[in-house]
Amino acid sequence: MNLFTRLSIWLFCAAVAVWLVAPTLVIVPISFAQKKSLAFPPDGFSLQWYANLFQNPEWSRSIISSLKVAVIVAAVATIIGTVAALGLERMKARPAGLVRAILITPMIVPGVVMAIGIYAVYLDHQLVGTLTGYVLAHSMLAIPFVVIAVGASLSVFDARLETAAASLGASRLATFFTITLPLIAPGILSGLLFAFVTSFDEVIVALFINSPAMKTLPVQIYASMTRDSDPTVAAVGTLMFAATTIIIAAGLWFGTRRRRS
Amino acid sequence: MRDFFSPGRNSFWLVLPALLLLLVALGYPLAQVVLRSFTDPEPGVGNYVWFFSRPVNLAVFQRTFVVAGWVTVLCVVLAYPYAWLMTSVGPNMRVLLVLCVLVPFWVSGVVRTLAWVILLQDSGVINRMIMAMGFEKIRLIRTQTGVIIGMTQVLLPFMVMPLYAVMRGIDLRLVQAARSLGARPMLAFLQIYLPLSLPGVFGGAIIVFILGLGFYITPALLGGPRATMLSTLAQQQVLQQLNWGQGGAMGVILLVATLVLLAFAGRFARRRYQMGAGGK
Amino acid sequence: MAETRHRGAAVDIRAVTKTYGSFTALDDVSLRVEPGQFMTFLGPSGSGKTTTLNVIAGFTDLTRGEILIGDRSVGGLPAHKRNVGVVFQHYALFPHMTVTGNLAYPLKLRRVAAAERDRRVAAALDMVRLTDFAHRYPSELSGGQQQRVALARAMVFDPPLLLMDEPLGALDKKLREWLQLEIKRIHRELGTTFVYVTHDQEEALALSDRIAVFNKGRIEQVGSGSDLYDRPQTLFVGRFIGESTVLTGAHETRGQETAIRVGDEWVAAPGLAGEGRQALLVRPEKITLVREDAAADPALNQLSGRVGEAIYLGSGVKYEVTLADGSRGVVRMALTDRPFALGEPVRMRWRKEDARLLPDDGSSLAAQSGEEP
Repeated sequence: MNLFTRLSIWLFCAAVAVWLVAPTLVIVPISFAQKKSLAFPPDGFSLQWYANLFQNPEWSRSIISSLKVAVIVAAVATIIGTVAALGLERMKARPAGLVRAILITPMIVPGVVMAIGIYAVYLDHQLVGTLTGYVLAHSMLAIPFVVIAVGASLSVFDARLETAAASLGASRLATFFTITLPLIAPGILSGLLFAFVTSFDEVIVALFINSPAMKTLPVQIYASMTRDSDPTVAAVGTLMFAATTIIIAAGLWFGTRRRRS
Repeated sequence: MRDFFSPGRNSFWLVLPALLLLLVALGYPLAQVVLRSFTDPEPGVGNYVWFFSRPVNLAVFQRTFVVAGWVTVLCVVLAYPYAWLMTSVGPNMRVLLVLCVLVPFWVSGVVRTLAWVILLQDSGVINRMIMAMGFEKIRLIRTQTGVIIGMTQVLLPFMVMPLYAVMRGIDLRLVQAARSLGARPMLAFLQIYLPLSLPGVFGGAIIVFILGLGFYITPALLGGPRATMLSTLAQQQVLQQLNWGQGGAMGVILLVATLVLLAFAGRFARRRYQMGAGGK
Repeated sequence: MAETRHRGAAVDIRAVTKTYGSFTALDDVSLRVEPGQFMTFLGPSGSGKTTTLNVIAGFTDLTRGEILIGDRSVGGLPAHKRNVGVVFQHYALFPHMTVTGNLAYPLKLRRVAAAERDRRVAAALDMVRLTDFAHRYPSELSGGQQQRVALARAMVFDPPLLLMDEPLGALDKKLREWLQLEIKRIHRELGTTFVYVTHDQEEALALSDRIAVFNKGRIEQVGSGSDLYDRPQTLFVGRFIGESTVLTGAHETRGQETAIRVGDEWVAAPGLAGEGRQALLVRPEKITLVREDAAADPALNQLSGRVGEAIYLGSGVKYEVTLADGSRGVVRMALTDRPFALGEPVRMRWRKEDARLLPDDGSSLAAQSGEEP
C-alpha cells in the first residue's frame, strides 16, 4: 500500500477517534461553569454543581437509589447468570443453544417494548417505584452480560481439571470452590461489573417504573435535562467519566502486570 | 455418582433460575404488551388498523427505518477503515484505538446525549464554528441529522468490533497471492479482501440496524417532535395518553420488525459458516 | 515417604460392560492386576483401553460388572473417594497454583498437617527431580517438567494404585524415552500398582510386567511382552505387537500340520485349523532370505518373491518382499557382503515351528492405526 493511501486512512481514523472521544469531554468544563447554563465554552469557574449534587436531596437520593439498586442487581444477576453459564456449559449442544438464545433476548428486544410491558405488569402488582421492581427488571437486563462474560471464561476453562481434582480426592463442591471458581473469576468479575453498569445506566425501563418516592440517577438526569439547563448534569457525567476511567486504567494496568509476571 | 464425560445431567436446574427470572421480568410483560395491543380498548385488530391508517404514524414508522438505515451506512463507512487500521497496528496502538471506540460507553447514555445537546444546540460549538467560517447557521438539534449524528457515535462500537473480529481472521497472504498474480492493489482489495470481510460488515450492520430501530434516549433528547421515532411515539402513547392498546401495537410492530431482521441475520450467519471453510 | 510405603493394591475387573446408547465401548471385560504390578493397556484408539481406565478411576459409570481395588468394591464410589492417582496425557496441572500448590492440593484435601505436608511435597519433588522448580507456575515449565509434576502430584498422597492415560503422548521421542526410564524407576521405588494406557507397542514392551491388548471393547490377550510377541493368540495381537509376515489363503490339513496356499506354493505350520479362514504369522527375524539358486530344504517353509524395499536399520537390514499373491513379507537380517537388490527374485525360508497358525479375524494394519472403524 502506498504512503498516500496509508496516510489518508490514518488521518481518517484519527478524525473518527476525535469525533468519538471529544464530544463526551465537553461535559467536563461545563461541570465547572459559574452560571446555570449549558453554553460552551462556559464562563468562570465554580464547584457549586458538584456541591449541588450532594446537597440537593433530589440528586443525592437518586444517587443512593441507583447505587443501592445497582449493587443488588450486580449480586443477583452475577449469581443467577454464573449458575446459568455453568449449566449451559454442561448441557448438550442443542438445548444449550436454545437456552442461550433465550437468555440473550433482553439485549435484542427494543427497550421501550420491554418498558411498556414491565410498566403494565408493575401497575397490576404494585411494583412501580419499588426496590424489588427495579432489581427485578434490571437483573433481567443484566443477565445476558453475565452469561456472556462467564461463558467466555468457561469456554477457555479446561474442564479436564475438574476430573483431575476428583482423582486427587476433591468432592464436586470442593472442586468448584478450589479449581473452577478461581479460574473463571475474571469472567465473573467482568460479568459483575457489566451487571452493575447495566443497572446504573439503565434509563428506559426506569423512566416508566419510577415514582417520586424512588428515582434512579439516569431518570433524574433525564428529568433535569428536559426541564432546564442545569450543569449539575455535567457534574454527574464528569464524576462517572472519571470513575470509569480509573477502573479501566486500573484494569489495564493490572492486566498487563499479570501477563508479565 | 457423577459421570464426568456425559453432559446434560442436572444442568437444567442450573439454568432454571435465569429462565424463571426472564419469564417473570420479560416473557410475562411482553405477553401483556401483545395482549393489550389486541384487547385495549376493545378486542380485535383495531389498534393495528389505526396505526397503519394514520399518515402521521406511517411517517414515524418510515422515519425510524430511514434513520436506522442512515446510521448503519455511516457506521459501515466510518468503521471499515477504522477496523482495518486496528488489524494493521501494534498491540499498544490497538488498545488505544479500542479505548477510543469504548469511551462513549464510559458515561451514562443520558449524559452522552447531553454532550451532543451542548454541541449541537443553535448557539453551540458546531454552529459557532460554522458561522466563524462565514456560513449560515444550521439547525442541528431537534432534527433528523442531529439524531443520526448522535446515534452513529453511540452505535459505532457495534460495527467496529465484529468487523475487526472478521478482518483479523483474513489471511493476508491471499491478498499477496493476488498481487503476485498481477492484480493491482485496488483490484486485489476489491476481489479478495472486501469479499472476505463482508461477513463482518453484514454482521455489524444487522446489529447496528436492530439497535437503531429500538433507540429511545438519543431521538427523544436530540430529536424533538419533527424527528420522533417509533420508540418515542410508543412511550408517549402509554405514558402521556394512557393509550395501552395503541402503544402496545407500536411496540409489537417494533418487536416484529426486529425479529424478522434477526431471522434474516440468522440465515445469513449460517451461510457465512458454510463459507467459512474457504475463508481462513 | 519410606515409612508410609505400602505395597500396591490389586485391581480386579469383573465382567465389566460399558455401553453408550447402542455403542458398546467395553464388552464383558475381565482382568486382574496383581499388587505392585506394572500393567499396560495397549490397543488402537477406540479399543476401550482408556474407557477401562476411566471406569477404574471412577470418571465413567459402568453399565454392568464389578471393579475391586484391593478388596474393596468401588462400583458405587465417586472418583474422589477412590484414592487412586491419575496422570493425564494433558497434564491437567492447576494453572493458578504453583508446583508446590499442585502437590499440596491432594494432601490439603486429606487434611494432612502442614509440616507433614511440606515433607511429603518435598519428597515427591525429589522423586521426580524437580526440587528447584517448586515455586514455579505450570505455565513456566516445559512439557516434560509439567508431566513430571503431574506424576508427583498423582503419587504424593500415596495411593495404592496409579493410573496413567497416555502420559507421554504429547512429548517428543527423545523426552518420551527418557521419561519411560524415569517412570520405570519410580515404579520400582514405590512398589505401587501401575496401570498404564498407551497405543504405542514399543512403549508397552519397554515398561510393562504385563500387557493387556484391547480391541473393539474386548481384551484380546493378556501376557508379558514376550508372550505377546512370541505366542500371540490372535492375529490381531500378532499384527499389533511388532512386525510380521501374515499369509492368508486356502488351507488344508496335512497330518498334525496345516498348510496354507500362497500363489502356487504351500507353506505349513504345526497345529490343526479351526473354523473359518486361517492365517500364518511369522516374525521377521525368524525368516532367512536366500537367492533363487540356493538349494531347497524340505524341512523349511519356502516362498518366492521379489525384493520390494530394503530399509537400512543400522544394526541390520529390513527387507520387504512382494509375494506371488501380492501380500507383503517382512524379513530382518544382519548386514551381509552381498545385499539383495531391489526387484531381485528371492526366496523366504523359515522353520515350520517358527510360524503360528491363527484364525483370520480380518484385522488389518489400517484398522489398527485407527483409520477404519
